[in-house]
Amino acid sequence: MKRRTFWDRFYHRLFALAAGLCVLVLLGIFGMLLFNGFRFFESVSLWSFLGSSNWNPSAWGKATYGIGAMLWSTLLVSLGAMVLAVPLGIGTAAYLSEVAPGRVRDWIKPAIELLAAVPSVVVGFIGIVVIAPIISWIFGLSNGLNALNGSILLAVMALPTIISVAEEAIRSVPNTYKEGAYALGANSWTTLITVTLPACTSGLIAATMLGMGRVIGETMTVLMATGNANAMPHGFFDPVRTITATVAIEMGEVPYGTTHFYGLYALGAILFIITLIINLLAEGIAAKFRKQGR
Amino acid sequence: MENIKIAIRDFNLHFGSKHVLKNINIEFPANKIVALIGPSGCGKSTLLRSLNRMHDLSPDARLEGDILLEDLPLLHPRTDVVAIRRKVGMVFQRPNPFPKSIYENVAFGLRLTGTHTEADIRTRVESCLQQSYIWEETKDELQKSALQLSGGQQQRLCIARAIAVEPEVILLDEPCSALDPISTAKIEDLLLELKNRYTIVIVTHNMQQAQRVADFTAFMYLGEVIEYGPTDQIFNQPQQMLTRNYVEGHFG
Repeated sequence: MKRRTFWDRFYHRLFALAAGLCVLVLLGIFGMLLFNGFRFFESVSLWSFLGSSNWNPSAWGKATYGIGAMLWSTLLVSLGAMVLAVPLGIGTAAYLSEVAPGRVRDWIKPAIELLAAVPSVVVGFIGIVVIAPIISWIFGLSNGLNALNGSILLAVMALPTIISVAEEAIRSVPNTYKEGAYALGANSWTTLITVTLPACTSGLIAATMLGMGRVIGETMTVLMATGNANAMPHGFFDPVRTITATVAIEMGEVPYGTTHFYGLYALGAILFIITLIINLLAEGIAAKFRKQGR
Repeated sequence: MENIKIAIRDFNLHFGSKHVLKNINIEFPANKIVALIGPSGCGKSTLLRSLNRMHDLSPDARLEGDILLEDLPLLHPRTDVVAIRRKVGMVFQRPNPFPKSIYENVAFGLRLTGTHTEADIRTRVESCLQQSYIWEETKDELQKSALQLSGGQQQRLCIARAIAVEPEVILLDEPCSALDPISTAKIEDLLLELKNRYTIVIVTHNMQQAQRVADFTAFMYLGEVIEYGPTDQIFNQPQQMLTRNYVEGHFG
Protein backbone atom coordinates (compact mmCIF):
# COMPACT_ATOMS: atom_id res chain seq x y z
CA MET A 1 0.00 0.00 0.00
CA LYS A 2 2.69 2.42 1.06
CA ARG A 3 4.87 1.35 -1.83
CA ARG A 4 2.05 1.95 -4.24
CA THR A 5 1.36 5.47 -3.00
CA PHE A 6 5.06 6.21 -3.34
CA TRP A 7 5.13 5.24 -7.03
CA ASP A 8 1.83 6.92 -7.57
CA ARG A 9 3.27 10.15 -6.26
CA PHE A 10 6.53 9.62 -8.08
CA TYR A 11 4.85 9.41 -11.48
CA HIS A 12 2.52 12.25 -10.63
CA ARG A 13 5.54 14.47 -9.95
CA LEU A 14 7.43 13.15 -12.97
CA PHE A 15 4.65 14.09 -15.39
CA ALA A 16 4.11 17.43 -13.68
CA LEU A 17 7.81 18.06 -14.17
CA ALA A 18 7.57 17.20 -17.87
CA ALA A 19 4.64 19.58 -18.33
CA GLY A 20 6.41 22.27 -16.35
CA LEU A 21 9.51 21.84 -18.47
CA CYS A 22 7.55 22.67 -21.64
CA VAL A 23 6.31 25.91 -20.15
CA LEU A 24 9.79 26.66 -18.87
CA VAL A 25 11.31 26.17 -22.31
CA LEU A 26 8.72 28.48 -23.85
CA LEU A 27 9.36 31.17 -21.25
CA GLY A 28 13.09 30.67 -21.71
CA ILE A 29 12.90 31.22 -25.44
CA PHE A 30 10.73 34.27 -25.08
CA GLY A 31 12.99 35.64 -22.35
CA MET A 32 16.09 35.11 -24.45
CA LEU A 33 14.53 36.83 -27.46
CA LEU A 34 13.44 39.80 -25.38
CA PHE A 35 16.71 40.08 -23.46
CA ASN A 36 18.89 40.03 -26.57
CA GLY A 37 16.38 42.11 -28.48
CA PHE A 38 16.59 44.83 -25.84
CA ARG A 39 20.36 44.90 -26.20
CA PHE A 40 19.74 45.80 -29.84
CA PHE A 41 17.63 48.78 -28.92
CA GLU A 42 20.47 50.18 -26.84
CA SER A 43 22.10 51.26 -30.10
CA VAL A 44 19.16 51.46 -32.53
CA SER A 45 15.93 53.30 -31.85
CA LEU A 46 12.63 51.40 -32.04
CA TRP A 47 11.39 54.02 -34.48
CA SER A 48 14.21 53.55 -36.99
CA PHE A 49 13.79 49.79 -36.62
CA LEU A 50 10.05 49.75 -37.34
CA GLY A 51 9.86 52.89 -39.47
CA SER A 52 12.57 52.22 -42.00
CA SER A 53 12.55 49.64 -44.73
CA ASN A 54 16.27 49.65 -45.30
CA TRP A 55 18.09 46.69 -43.74
CA ASN A 56 21.80 47.05 -44.38
CA PRO A 57 23.76 46.05 -41.29
CA SER A 58 27.13 45.68 -43.01
CA ALA A 59 27.17 49.04 -44.75
CA TRP A 60 30.40 51.01 -44.33
CA GLY A 61 30.10 53.75 -41.79
CA LYS A 62 26.35 53.93 -41.49
CA ALA A 63 24.62 50.60 -40.94
CA THR A 64 20.81 50.69 -41.14
CA TYR A 65 18.39 48.36 -39.44
CA GLY A 66 14.89 48.80 -40.90
CA ILE A 67 12.44 45.94 -40.69
CA GLY A 68 9.78 47.46 -43.01
CA ALA A 69 10.55 45.63 -46.24
CA MET A 70 10.97 42.28 -44.47
CA LEU A 71 7.83 42.67 -42.43
CA TRP A 72 5.80 43.56 -45.48
CA SER A 73 7.39 40.66 -47.40
CA THR A 74 6.47 38.22 -44.65
CA LEU A 75 2.90 39.47 -44.52
CA LEU A 76 2.57 39.52 -48.30
CA VAL A 77 3.79 35.96 -48.76
CA SER A 78 1.70 34.72 -45.83
CA LEU A 79 -1.48 36.44 -46.95
CA GLY A 80 -1.02 35.12 -50.48
CA ALA A 81 -0.54 31.64 -49.08
CA MET A 82 -3.71 31.90 -46.99
CA VAL A 83 -5.76 33.20 -49.91
CA LEU A 84 -4.77 30.06 -51.80
CA ALA A 85 -4.82 27.57 -48.93
CA VAL A 86 -7.96 28.47 -46.99
CA PRO A 87 -10.59 27.92 -49.71
CA LEU A 88 -8.74 24.86 -50.96
CA GLY A 89 -8.29 23.45 -47.48
CA ILE A 90 -11.85 24.03 -46.31
CA GLY A 91 -13.17 22.71 -49.61
CA THR A 92 -11.10 19.57 -49.26
CA ALA A 93 -12.17 19.17 -45.64
CA ALA A 94 -15.82 19.54 -46.61
CA TYR A 95 -15.38 16.98 -49.38
CA LEU A 96 -13.67 14.51 -47.08
CA SER A 97 -16.17 14.79 -44.27
CA GLU A 98 -19.42 15.26 -46.19
CA VAL A 99 -19.13 13.90 -49.70
CA ALA A 100 -16.32 11.40 -50.16
CA PRO A 101 -17.22 7.72 -49.92
CA GLY A 102 -15.33 5.87 -47.20
CA ARG A 103 -12.87 4.23 -49.54
CA VAL A 104 -11.83 7.46 -51.26
CA ARG A 105 -11.43 9.08 -47.88
CA ASP A 106 -9.18 6.27 -46.68
CA TRP A 107 -6.82 7.05 -49.55
CA ILE A 108 -6.88 10.83 -49.55
CA LYS A 109 -6.46 11.39 -45.84
CA PRO A 110 -3.13 9.58 -45.45
CA ALA A 111 -1.93 11.26 -48.63
CA ILE A 112 -2.63 14.67 -47.13
CA GLU A 113 -0.93 13.70 -43.90
CA LEU A 114 2.10 12.60 -45.92
CA LEU A 115 2.16 16.03 -47.51
CA ALA A 116 2.99 17.42 -44.08
CA ALA A 117 5.95 15.07 -43.87
CA VAL A 118 7.68 16.44 -46.98
CA PRO A 119 10.81 18.26 -45.73
CA SER A 120 10.63 21.99 -46.31
CA VAL A 121 13.94 21.93 -48.19
CA VAL A 122 12.35 19.56 -50.71
CA VAL A 123 9.37 21.88 -51.10
CA GLY A 124 11.78 24.76 -51.69
CA PHE A 125 13.63 22.70 -54.27
CA ILE A 126 10.36 22.03 -56.11
CA GLY A 127 9.74 25.77 -55.99
CA ILE A 128 13.03 26.44 -57.74
CA VAL A 129 12.91 23.76 -60.43
CA VAL A 130 9.15 23.44 -61.07
CA ILE A 131 7.10 26.39 -59.87
CA ALA A 132 9.56 29.15 -60.80
CA PRO A 133 9.79 28.22 -64.51
CA ILE A 134 6.02 27.86 -64.69
CA ILE A 135 5.48 31.29 -63.12
CA SER A 136 8.01 32.99 -65.37
CA TRP A 137 6.48 31.27 -68.39
CA ILE A 138 2.86 32.13 -67.58
CA PHE A 139 3.47 35.75 -66.60
CA GLY A 140 6.37 36.43 -68.95
CA LEU A 141 8.86 37.23 -66.18
CA SER A 142 12.59 36.84 -66.42
CA ASN A 143 12.67 35.09 -63.06
CA GLY A 144 10.08 33.04 -61.21
CA LEU A 145 11.63 33.31 -57.77
CA ASN A 146 9.25 35.78 -56.16
CA ALA A 147 6.55 36.29 -53.55
CA LEU A 148 3.98 34.38 -55.58
CA ASN A 149 6.23 31.34 -55.68
CA GLY A 150 6.62 31.48 -51.92
CA SER A 151 2.87 31.85 -51.44
CA ILE A 152 2.13 28.81 -53.57
CA LEU A 153 4.64 26.64 -51.72
CA LEU A 154 3.55 27.85 -48.31
CA ALA A 155 -0.07 27.22 -49.25
CA VAL A 156 0.82 23.61 -49.97
CA MET A 157 2.63 23.38 -46.65
CA ALA A 158 -0.29 24.89 -44.73
CA LEU A 159 -2.87 22.61 -46.36
CA PRO A 160 -2.40 19.52 -44.16
CA THR A 161 -2.88 21.60 -40.99
CA ILE A 162 -5.89 23.46 -42.35
CA ILE A 163 -7.52 20.34 -43.77
CA SER A 164 -7.18 18.18 -40.71
CA VAL A 165 -8.37 20.84 -38.27
CA ALA A 166 -11.21 21.97 -40.55
CA GLU A 167 -12.30 18.40 -41.20
CA GLU A 168 -12.50 17.71 -37.50
CA ALA A 169 -14.56 20.87 -37.05
CA ILE A 170 -17.00 19.97 -39.84
CA ARG A 171 -17.30 16.43 -38.55
CA SER A 172 -18.19 17.73 -35.10
CA VAL A 173 -21.34 19.47 -36.38
CA PRO A 174 -24.25 17.46 -34.96
CA ASN A 175 -26.03 15.28 -37.49
CA THR A 176 -29.34 16.71 -36.28
CA TYR A 177 -28.51 20.05 -37.93
CA LYS A 178 -28.02 18.38 -41.27
CA GLU A 179 -31.16 16.29 -40.87
CA GLY A 180 -33.10 19.43 -40.04
CA ALA A 181 -31.91 21.09 -43.22
CA TYR A 182 -32.57 18.03 -45.38
CA ALA A 183 -36.06 17.72 -43.90
CA LEU A 184 -36.82 21.25 -45.09
CA GLY A 185 -35.87 20.33 -48.62
CA ALA A 186 -32.30 21.57 -48.71
CA ASN A 187 -29.90 19.70 -50.98
CA SER A 188 -26.49 18.67 -49.75
CA TRP A 189 -24.72 21.74 -51.18
CA THR A 190 -27.14 24.19 -49.54
CA THR A 191 -26.94 22.26 -46.30
CA LEU A 192 -23.16 22.48 -46.33
CA ILE A 193 -23.04 26.20 -47.12
CA THR A 194 -25.92 27.49 -45.02
CA VAL A 195 -25.94 25.13 -42.04
CA THR A 196 -22.89 22.93 -41.61
CA LEU A 197 -20.08 25.40 -42.29
CA PRO A 198 -21.64 28.29 -40.32
CA ALA A 199 -22.19 25.89 -37.42
CA CYS A 200 -18.46 25.25 -37.16
CA THR A 201 -17.11 28.73 -37.93
CA SER A 202 -14.95 28.77 -34.82
CA GLY A 203 -13.25 25.54 -35.87
CA LEU A 204 -12.67 26.88 -39.38
CA ILE A 205 -11.13 30.05 -38.00
CA ALA A 206 -8.91 27.97 -35.75
CA ALA A 207 -7.85 25.96 -38.81
CA THR A 208 -7.03 29.16 -40.70
CA MET A 209 -5.06 30.63 -37.83
CA LEU A 210 -3.08 27.46 -37.23
CA GLY A 211 -2.26 27.38 -40.94
CA MET A 212 -1.21 31.02 -40.72
CA GLY A 213 1.07 30.26 -37.78
CA ARG A 214 2.70 27.48 -39.76
CA VAL A 215 3.18 29.76 -42.76
CA ILE A 216 4.63 32.79 -41.00
CA GLY A 217 7.32 30.79 -39.25
CA GLU A 218 8.39 28.77 -42.28
CA THR A 219 11.98 29.50 -43.26
CA MET A 220 13.77 27.14 -45.61
CA THR A 221 11.11 27.12 -48.34
CA VAL A 222 10.82 30.90 -48.60
CA LEU A 223 14.56 31.28 -48.35
CA MET A 224 14.97 29.07 -51.40
CA ALA A 225 12.04 30.13 -53.55
CA THR A 226 11.39 33.83 -53.08
CA GLY A 227 14.53 35.37 -54.55
CA ASN A 228 15.78 36.99 -51.33
CA ALA A 229 15.91 40.59 -52.51
CA ASN A 230 15.87 42.77 -49.46
CA ALA A 231 13.79 45.57 -50.87
CA MET A 232 10.24 46.77 -50.45
CA PRO A 233 8.10 44.54 -52.72
CA HIS A 234 5.44 46.18 -54.90
CA GLY A 235 3.48 43.03 -55.61
CA PHE A 236 3.53 39.28 -55.86
CA PHE A 237 5.91 39.29 -58.83
CA ASP A 238 8.70 40.98 -56.88
CA PRO A 239 11.37 38.91 -55.18
CA VAL A 240 11.11 39.22 -51.40
CA ARG A 241 13.09 38.34 -48.32
CA THR A 242 11.07 37.41 -45.27
CA ILE A 243 12.02 37.91 -41.63
CA THR A 244 12.71 34.21 -41.19
CA ALA A 245 14.92 34.02 -44.26
CA THR A 246 16.92 37.04 -43.09
CA VAL A 247 17.65 35.48 -39.73
CA ALA A 248 18.60 32.18 -41.34
CA ILE A 249 20.87 33.80 -43.91
CA GLU A 250 22.66 36.23 -41.63
CA MET A 251 22.93 34.28 -38.38
CA GLY A 252 25.77 32.15 -39.72
CA GLU A 253 28.13 34.99 -40.48
CA VAL A 254 27.32 37.66 -37.96
CA PRO A 255 30.04 38.47 -35.39
CA TYR A 256 28.93 37.54 -31.88
CA GLY A 257 27.76 40.36 -29.65
CA THR A 258 27.48 43.07 -32.30
CA THR A 259 24.47 45.27 -32.90
CA HIS A 260 23.75 43.18 -35.98
CA PHE A 261 23.77 40.02 -33.86
CA TYR A 262 21.25 41.48 -31.43
CA GLY A 263 19.24 42.83 -34.36
CA LEU A 264 18.57 39.27 -35.52
CA TYR A 265 17.17 38.53 -32.06
CA ALA A 266 14.92 41.56 -32.42
CA LEU A 267 13.65 40.09 -35.70
CA GLY A 268 12.97 36.81 -33.91
CA ALA A 269 11.10 38.66 -31.16
CA ILE A 270 8.93 40.46 -33.72
CA LEU A 271 8.12 37.13 -35.38
CA PHE A 272 7.28 35.63 -32.02
CA ILE A 273 5.00 38.55 -31.18
CA ILE A 274 3.19 38.25 -34.53
CA THR A 275 2.46 34.55 -34.03
CA LEU A 276 1.44 35.26 -30.43
CA ILE A 277 -1.07 37.87 -31.63
CA ILE A 278 -2.43 35.49 -34.26
CA ASN A 279 -2.91 32.76 -31.68
CA LEU A 280 -4.58 35.10 -29.19
CA LEU A 281 -6.90 36.41 -31.93
CA ALA A 282 -7.76 32.86 -32.94
CA GLU A 283 -8.56 31.97 -29.33
CA GLY A 284 -10.65 35.10 -28.91
CA ILE A 285 -12.67 34.58 -32.09
CA ALA A 286 -13.16 30.91 -31.37
CA ALA A 287 -14.36 31.68 -27.85
CA LYS A 288 -16.78 34.30 -29.12
CA PHE A 289 -18.31 31.92 -31.65
CA ARG A 290 -18.48 29.15 -29.08
CA LYS A 291 -20.49 31.42 -26.79
CA GLN A 292 -22.84 32.41 -29.60
CA GLY A 293 -23.21 28.83 -30.70
CA ARG A 294 -24.34 27.35 -27.39
CA MET B 1 -61.67 5.93 -43.77
CA GLU B 2 -62.39 9.05 -45.76
CA ASN B 3 -59.85 11.01 -47.77
CA ILE B 4 -56.59 9.06 -47.67
CA LYS B 5 -53.46 11.25 -47.57
CA ILE B 6 -50.73 8.64 -47.38
CA ALA B 7 -51.07 5.02 -48.43
CA ILE B 8 -48.34 2.50 -47.65
CA ARG B 9 -48.54 -0.74 -49.64
CA ASP B 10 -46.49 -3.92 -49.11
CA PHE B 11 -43.67 -1.86 -47.72
CA ASN B 12 -40.48 -3.60 -46.60
CA LEU B 13 -37.28 -2.03 -45.36
CA HIS B 14 -33.89 -3.65 -44.81
CA PHE B 15 -30.79 -2.21 -43.20
CA GLY B 16 -28.08 -4.38 -44.73
CA SER B 17 -29.18 -7.91 -43.92
CA LYS B 18 -31.59 -6.81 -41.18
CA HIS B 19 -35.28 -6.89 -42.07
CA VAL B 20 -36.54 -3.89 -40.12
CA LEU B 21 -40.03 -3.25 -41.50
CA LYS B 22 -42.15 -6.18 -42.68
CA ASN B 23 -45.07 -5.99 -45.09
CA ILE B 24 -46.47 -2.70 -43.89
CA ASN B 25 -49.92 -1.90 -45.25
CA ILE B 26 -51.46 1.17 -43.67
CA GLU B 27 -53.27 4.36 -44.68
CA PHE B 28 -53.17 7.74 -43.02
CA PRO B 29 -56.27 9.95 -43.45
CA ALA B 30 -56.00 13.64 -44.27
CA ASN B 31 -56.32 16.23 -41.50
CA LYS B 32 -56.09 13.68 -38.75
CA ILE B 33 -53.44 12.82 -36.23
CA VAL B 34 -52.10 9.29 -36.40
CA ALA B 35 -49.95 7.99 -33.55
CA LEU B 36 -47.43 5.20 -34.02
CA ILE B 37 -46.81 3.37 -30.76
CA GLY B 38 -44.84 0.30 -29.78
CA PRO B 39 -41.82 -0.77 -27.77
CA SER B 40 -38.35 0.58 -28.56
CA GLY B 41 -36.86 -0.90 -31.70
CA CYS B 42 -40.21 -1.91 -33.19
CA GLY B 43 -39.57 0.23 -36.27
CA LYS B 44 -41.96 3.11 -35.71
CA SER B 45 -39.33 5.82 -36.18
CA THR B 46 -37.96 3.95 -39.17
CA LEU B 47 -41.42 3.90 -40.72
CA LEU B 48 -41.85 7.60 -40.02
CA ARG B 49 -38.52 8.46 -41.62
CA SER B 50 -39.48 6.50 -44.72
CA LEU B 51 -42.28 8.99 -45.35
CA ASN B 52 -39.88 11.80 -46.29
CA ARG B 53 -37.08 9.61 -47.60
CA MET B 54 -34.74 10.37 -44.69
CA HIS B 55 -33.24 6.92 -45.28
CA ASP B 56 -31.59 8.29 -48.41
CA LEU B 57 -28.85 9.38 -46.03
CA SER B 58 -28.04 5.83 -44.94
CA PRO B 59 -26.41 3.96 -47.81
CA ASP B 60 -27.28 0.46 -46.59
CA ALA B 61 -31.05 1.04 -46.35
CA ARG B 62 -33.15 -0.83 -48.93
CA LEU B 63 -36.80 0.12 -49.40
CA GLU B 64 -39.36 -1.98 -51.29
CA GLY B 65 -43.04 -1.52 -51.95
CA ASP B 66 -45.05 1.64 -52.43
CA ILE B 67 -45.72 4.75 -50.42
CA LEU B 68 -48.17 7.12 -52.05
CA LEU B 69 -48.73 10.72 -51.02
CA GLU B 70 -52.05 11.11 -52.77
CA ASP B 71 -50.82 10.27 -56.31
CA LEU B 72 -47.14 10.91 -55.74
CA PRO B 73 -45.05 7.72 -55.44
CA LEU B 74 -42.59 8.68 -52.69
CA LEU B 75 -40.22 5.78 -53.20
CA HIS B 76 -39.99 6.05 -56.97
CA PRO B 77 -36.39 6.88 -57.89
CA ARG B 78 -37.54 9.59 -60.26
CA THR B 79 -39.62 11.40 -57.67
CA ASP B 80 -37.70 14.48 -56.58
CA VAL B 81 -36.69 13.99 -52.97
CA VAL B 82 -36.51 17.75 -52.38
CA ALA B 83 -40.13 18.10 -53.52
CA ILE B 84 -41.13 15.27 -51.17
CA ARG B 85 -39.51 16.94 -48.20
CA ARG B 86 -41.26 20.21 -48.96
CA LYS B 87 -44.58 18.39 -48.89
CA VAL B 88 -43.68 16.23 -45.89
CA GLY B 89 -42.13 18.21 -43.06
CA MET B 90 -40.43 16.69 -40.06
CA VAL B 91 -39.87 17.52 -36.40
CA PHE B 92 -37.23 15.49 -34.63
CA GLN B 93 -36.95 13.87 -31.24
CA ARG B 94 -34.47 16.37 -29.89
CA PRO B 95 -35.18 19.98 -30.82
CA ASN B 96 -32.62 20.84 -33.50
CA PRO B 97 -32.86 24.54 -34.36
CA PHE B 98 -29.99 25.75 -36.50
CA PRO B 99 -27.36 27.84 -34.74
CA LYS B 100 -28.90 30.95 -36.26
CA SER B 101 -31.35 33.57 -35.06
CA ILE B 102 -34.97 32.69 -34.34
CA TYR B 103 -36.00 34.63 -37.44
CA GLU B 104 -33.49 32.92 -39.70
CA ASN B 105 -34.52 29.48 -38.47
CA VAL B 106 -38.07 29.98 -39.68
CA ALA B 107 -36.94 31.80 -42.83
CA PHE B 108 -34.52 28.99 -43.74
CA GLY B 109 -36.95 26.88 -45.75
CA LEU B 110 -38.37 29.94 -47.50
CA ARG B 111 -34.95 31.15 -48.58
CA LEU B 112 -34.15 27.77 -50.16
CA THR B 113 -36.45 28.36 -53.09
CA GLY B 114 -35.26 31.93 -53.52
CA THR B 115 -38.70 32.97 -54.76
CA HIS B 116 -39.85 34.94 -51.74
CA THR B 117 -39.27 38.64 -51.24
CA GLU B 118 -37.91 39.78 -47.88
CA ALA B 119 -41.25 41.39 -47.01
CA ASP B 120 -43.02 38.15 -47.87
CA ILE B 121 -40.61 36.18 -45.70
CA ARG B 122 -41.17 38.55 -42.81
CA THR B 123 -44.95 38.09 -42.83
CA ARG B 124 -44.59 34.32 -43.21
CA VAL B 125 -42.14 34.10 -40.32
CA GLU B 126 -44.51 36.05 -38.11
CA SER B 127 -47.52 33.99 -39.07
CA CYS B 128 -45.71 30.69 -38.54
CA LEU B 129 -44.44 31.77 -35.14
CA GLN B 130 -48.01 32.74 -34.26
CA GLN B 131 -49.39 29.43 -35.47
CA SER B 132 -46.83 27.66 -33.31
CA TYR B 133 -47.77 29.72 -30.24
CA ILE B 134 -44.26 31.04 -29.79
CA TRP B 135 -44.74 34.52 -31.23
CA GLU B 136 -45.63 36.20 -27.94
CA GLU B 137 -42.47 34.87 -26.28
CA THR B 138 -40.09 35.76 -29.08
CA LYS B 139 -41.49 38.74 -30.99
CA ASP B 140 -39.13 41.21 -29.29
CA GLU B 141 -35.98 39.16 -29.80
CA LEU B 142 -36.26 37.56 -33.20
CA GLN B 143 -32.56 38.18 -33.78
CA LYS B 144 -31.56 36.22 -30.68
CA SER B 145 -29.84 32.88 -31.26
CA ALA B 146 -32.39 30.08 -31.32
CA LEU B 147 -30.06 28.05 -29.15
CA GLN B 148 -30.77 30.36 -26.22
CA LEU B 149 -34.43 29.29 -26.11
CA SER B 150 -35.63 26.62 -23.70
CA GLY B 151 -36.12 23.07 -24.99
CA GLY B 152 -39.89 23.48 -25.29
CA GLN B 153 -39.54 26.80 -27.11
CA GLN B 154 -36.94 25.28 -29.42
CA GLN B 155 -39.31 22.45 -30.31
CA ARG B 156 -42.15 24.88 -31.06
CA LEU B 157 -39.69 26.86 -33.17
CA CYS B 158 -38.85 23.67 -35.06
CA ILE B 159 -42.57 23.17 -35.70
CA ALA B 160 -42.80 26.77 -36.93
CA ARG B 161 -39.81 26.08 -39.18
CA ALA B 162 -41.49 22.97 -40.56
CA ILE B 163 -44.82 24.65 -41.34
CA ALA B 164 -43.15 27.69 -42.90
CA VAL B 165 -42.68 25.84 -46.17
CA GLU B 166 -46.38 24.91 -46.12
CA PRO B 167 -46.09 21.13 -46.16
CA GLU B 168 -49.10 18.87 -46.48
CA VAL B 169 -47.92 16.36 -43.90
CA ILE B 170 -45.98 16.87 -40.68
CA LEU B 171 -44.02 13.97 -39.19
CA LEU B 172 -43.09 14.16 -35.53
CA ASP B 173 -40.60 11.72 -34.02
CA GLU B 174 -41.23 11.65 -30.27
CA PRO B 175 -41.31 15.45 -30.23
CA CYS B 176 -41.92 15.70 -26.49
CA SER B 177 -39.57 13.06 -25.13
CA ALA B 178 -36.98 15.68 -24.20
CA LEU B 179 -39.50 18.17 -22.78
CA ASP B 180 -41.13 18.90 -19.42
CA PRO B 181 -44.90 18.36 -18.91
CA ILE B 182 -45.85 22.01 -19.42
CA SER B 183 -43.97 22.28 -22.70
CA THR B 184 -45.47 18.94 -23.70
CA ALA B 185 -48.98 20.22 -23.05
CA LYS B 186 -48.28 23.29 -25.20
CA ILE B 187 -47.05 21.15 -28.08
CA GLU B 188 -50.08 18.87 -27.82
CA ASP B 189 -52.48 21.84 -27.95
CA LEU B 190 -50.56 23.06 -30.95
CA LEU B 191 -50.87 19.72 -32.74
CA LEU B 192 -54.64 19.67 -32.20
CA GLU B 193 -54.78 23.12 -33.72
CA LEU B 194 -52.51 22.24 -36.64
CA LYS B 195 -54.42 19.15 -37.73
CA ASN B 196 -57.06 21.39 -39.29
CA ARG B 197 -54.52 22.35 -41.91
CA TYR B 198 -52.08 19.45 -42.00
CA THR B 199 -52.00 15.69 -41.83
CA ILE B 200 -49.95 14.68 -38.81
CA VAL B 201 -48.12 11.45 -38.03
CA ILE B 202 -46.54 11.25 -34.59
CA VAL B 203 -44.31 8.62 -33.06
CA THR B 204 -44.68 8.51 -29.31
CA HIS B 205 -43.66 6.39 -26.36
CA ASN B 206 -46.19 8.11 -24.19
CA MET B 207 -49.51 6.29 -24.35
CA GLN B 208 -51.38 9.07 -22.58
CA GLN B 209 -50.12 11.41 -25.26
CA ALA B 210 -51.38 9.14 -28.02
CA GLN B 211 -54.79 9.05 -26.33
CA ARG B 212 -54.86 12.81 -25.88
CA VAL B 213 -53.99 13.83 -29.42
CA ALA B 214 -54.38 10.98 -31.90
CA ASP B 215 -57.48 10.19 -33.92
CA PHE B 216 -56.01 6.90 -35.02
CA THR B 217 -53.31 4.75 -33.48
CA ALA B 218 -51.14 2.03 -34.95
CA PHE B 219 -49.45 -0.44 -32.65
CA MET B 220 -46.19 -1.83 -34.03
CA TYR B 221 -44.13 -4.73 -32.81
CA LEU B 222 -40.91 -6.21 -34.25
CA GLY B 223 -41.27 -4.38 -37.53
CA GLU B 224 -44.92 -5.15 -38.15
CA VAL B 225 -48.13 -3.21 -37.72
CA ILE B 226 -50.02 -5.44 -35.31
CA GLU B 227 -53.17 -3.38 -35.04
CA TYR B 228 -54.44 -0.10 -36.45
CA GLY B 229 -57.69 1.68 -35.75
CA PRO B 230 -59.39 4.58 -33.98
CA THR B 231 -57.36 5.51 -30.89
CA ASP B 232 -60.26 4.78 -28.59
CA GLN B 233 -60.54 1.26 -29.92
CA ILE B 234 -56.81 0.51 -29.73
CA PHE B 235 -56.66 1.53 -26.10
CA ASN B 236 -60.02 0.29 -24.86
CA GLN B 237 -61.03 -2.67 -27.02
CA PRO B 238 -57.87 -3.95 -28.68
CA GLN B 239 -58.53 -6.92 -30.92
CA GLN B 240 -55.08 -8.43 -30.53
CA MET B 241 -53.66 -9.94 -27.37
CA LEU B 242 -50.28 -8.32 -28.07
CA THR B 243 -51.83 -4.87 -28.33
CA ARG B 244 -53.74 -5.35 -25.10
CA ASN B 245 -50.63 -6.44 -23.24
CA TYR B 246 -48.75 -3.41 -24.50
CA VAL B 247 -51.36 -0.73 -23.85
CA GLU B 248 -52.05 -2.19 -20.41
CA GLY B 249 -48.35 -1.89 -19.68
CA HIS B 250 -47.41 -5.57 -19.42
CA PHE B 251 -44.33 -4.99 -21.53
CA GLY B 252 -42.74 -2.12 -23.37
